[in-house]
Amino acid sequence: MSKSNTILYLDGVSVSFDGFRAINNLSLVLDRGEMRAIIGPNGAGKTTMMDIVTGKTRPDDGEVFFDGEVDLTSHDEAEIAMMGIGRKFQKPTVFESHSIEENLMLALKGPRSIFPALFHRKSAAEARRIDDIIGVIRLGDKRREVAANLSHGQKQWLEIGMLLAQDPKLLLVDEPVAGMTDAETEETARLLKEIARDHSVIVVEHDMRFVRELGVKVTCLHEGSVLSEGTLDFVSADERVVEVYLGR
Amino acid sequence: MITGRFFAAGADRRIAITIFILLAVAVIVPLLNLAISPASAFHIPSYMVALTGKYLCYALLALSLDLVWGYCGILSLGHGAFFALGGYAMGMYLMRQIGSRGVYGNPILPDFMVFLNYKELPWFWYGFDHFWFAGLMVLAVPGLLAFIFGWFAFRSRVTGVYLSIITQAMTYALLLAFFRNDMGFGGNNGLTDFKDILGFSVQADATRSALFAASAVMLALAVFVTWAIVGSKYGKLLMAVRDAESRTRFLGWRAENVKLFAFTVSAVMGGIAGALYVPQVGIINPGEFEPSNSIEVVIWAAVGGRGTIIGPIIGALLVNAGKSWFTGALPELWLFALGGLFVAVTLLLPKGIIGMWDDWRGNARALRAASLAEEARTAVGVASATSKPARSPARNPGEWSWSDPEPQAAE
Ligand SMILES: Nc1ncnc2c1ncn2[C@@H]1O[C@H](COP(=O)(O)OP(=O)(O)OP(=O)(O)O)[C@@H](O)[C@H]1O
Ligand SMILES: [Mg+2]
Repeated sequence: MSKSNTILYLDGVSVSFDGFRAINNLSLVLDRGEMRAIIGPNGAGKTTMMDIVTGKTRPDDGEVFFDGEVDLTSHDEAEIAMMGIGRKFQKPTVFESHSIEENLMLALKGPRSIFPALFHRKSAAEARRIDDIIGVIRLGDKRREVAANLSHGQKQWLEIGMLLAQDPKLLLVDEPVAGMTDAETEETARLLKEIARDHSVIVVEHDMRFVRELGVKVTCLHEGSVLSEGTLDFVSADERVVEVYLGR
Repeated sequence: MITGRFFAAGADRRIAITIFILLAVAVIVPLLNLAISPASAFHIPSYMVALTGKYLCYALLALSLDLVWGYCGILSLGHGAFFALGGYAMGMYLMRQIGSRGVYGNPILPDFMVFLNYKELPWFWYGFDHFWFAGLMVLAVPGLLAFIFGWFAFRSRVTGVYLSIITQAMTYALLLAFFRNDMGFGGNNGLTDFKDILGFSVQADATRSALFAASAVMLALAVFVTWAIVGSKYGKLLMAVRDAESRTRFLGWRAENVKLFAFTVSAVMGGIAGALYVPQVGIINPGEFEPSNSIEVVIWAAVGGRGTIIGPIIGALLVNAGKSWFTGALPELWLFALGGLFVAVTLLLPKGIIGMWDDWRGNARALRAASLAEEARTAVGVASATSKPARSPARNPGEWSWSDPEPQAAE
């Protein structure tokens, strides 16, 4: 398979934790500009797959390429983030003691070294960008509030906002609608679809209504490898998928 | 922008007041010591000047710990080492100022070297006859040690208790090294019997007053620098690393460099504290590297309230005043009192004195605002009383006012 037109290319990736194979000969390819939904039962290895892509976990085996040419296994988290891979965690992780504006400020694309940060002054362009994002994530009335005071769903949105601020090429979004109301879930689907217009996105989610809403190709993982891939209807009609979901 | 923030209300005003008090004290205390006759009730005796000068050095050390512990979560149990190294650098200058006035009258070699049969000055004592060189070393030696130590520790992602333990091991290793006579730093006697600093007798009242003033000014400067650092975007990043280190990495920040910078700056501040301390107490010996010293610094910061800039200063002053009183009245009980204090603060005042004060003020203000709103509502008789909800007090000194030109969001 050719890597050249892919944003993400995983081939034969395996990783074990104390002898337990969390990822087992996983191959997955994401085209530039594509949005993909990943489903799979608990423990299927979805989060671990993201850990591998973002440099948190080193694979024991296999190839992981970004943008068709960058070998991600030889870079660390910060380097990978700077290349343009952003991540939203399964458990929303924001800077609790900082305000929403400050959270976004730290995420905003720009130089990442110490001295510029020490003497940094917010430019008008940055202020505008932050205002835009705060509008998009609908937290305008809470911009000066510390993130610790946000609800679970609002934290999810703030983290998505931080992703936007980073402006990565590839977004890895782990369970974005956990803890959200139905209305919020719909809103998030709309937001992600909008983001997907000019970004490549991988979304992990258990909520099938949400996945249907996204209307994109679905990959089902099970025991660390791909079980089935295709449209949601195709995947949910696949006997093996039905089996792993019902089997639990 | 910085000046605007400096005169702003809230936590920033507290910083401004502290700096003002320190600068005022730097002028007034020497005046009351030197210009007022000892018979007057306003006279401050010289021993008090020396004692409080010493406390100010401790306060500077506590502040330096606050930068890394309070704002970045690095619980250093070895900050005393940076203090001691700064002190030794100053002590070496003071030793070389003795010249031929030592007991053995050797114009080059300090007494302990003559005693230990040194034939010539070790290379690392070169240059310490110049004040500027010693001053440079006061900054460079602790800074370099912290940089090298931090480089390895933070790069290999040692955190939490393990990091604390290796900082403790660092100061212990230095303790053992400096105890050795053949290290060339005076062994267990250390460096003492100083005569002059910059040509002035270290015993003279005027010199003591000048050293006191220098300590107060330096502390004021350190308060300002720390406040500017934690108020900057880098400061926000520092706290972000404290609260969610891995998140900062996935945003592309190098958490190890963030910590390394703060750790190095903090060590330099600690070194300056030690350098000011040594001429005021007249001695530096390996005891300053004792691990228990570093732990005491942690207690000062905890008592005052870490992550508040002012808290550790207050903690250092109060605990040391308590220590002076205790060691006079009930010397054998001091360590128990200190331990008990630490336990009590950890259990009852986890945010320290300043943290508790802020909470209390925050609650009081919220209550007052609530009762005002209530009054307004009953007085006007309309439900739409537009009382401004009380804002919680700024948690972090130097709140990041990076959107100053635009109007406040409607609250
Ligand atoms: N660092 C680790 N050490 C040991 N085991 C791990 C580690 N990370 C993941 N695992 C194991 O690997 C397996 C896959 O976990 P992973 O978190 O990737 O699943 P997931 O598909 O994201 O599940 P969920 O839907 O519950 O989030 C699990 O059995 C988990 O216990
Ligand atoms: Mg998961």
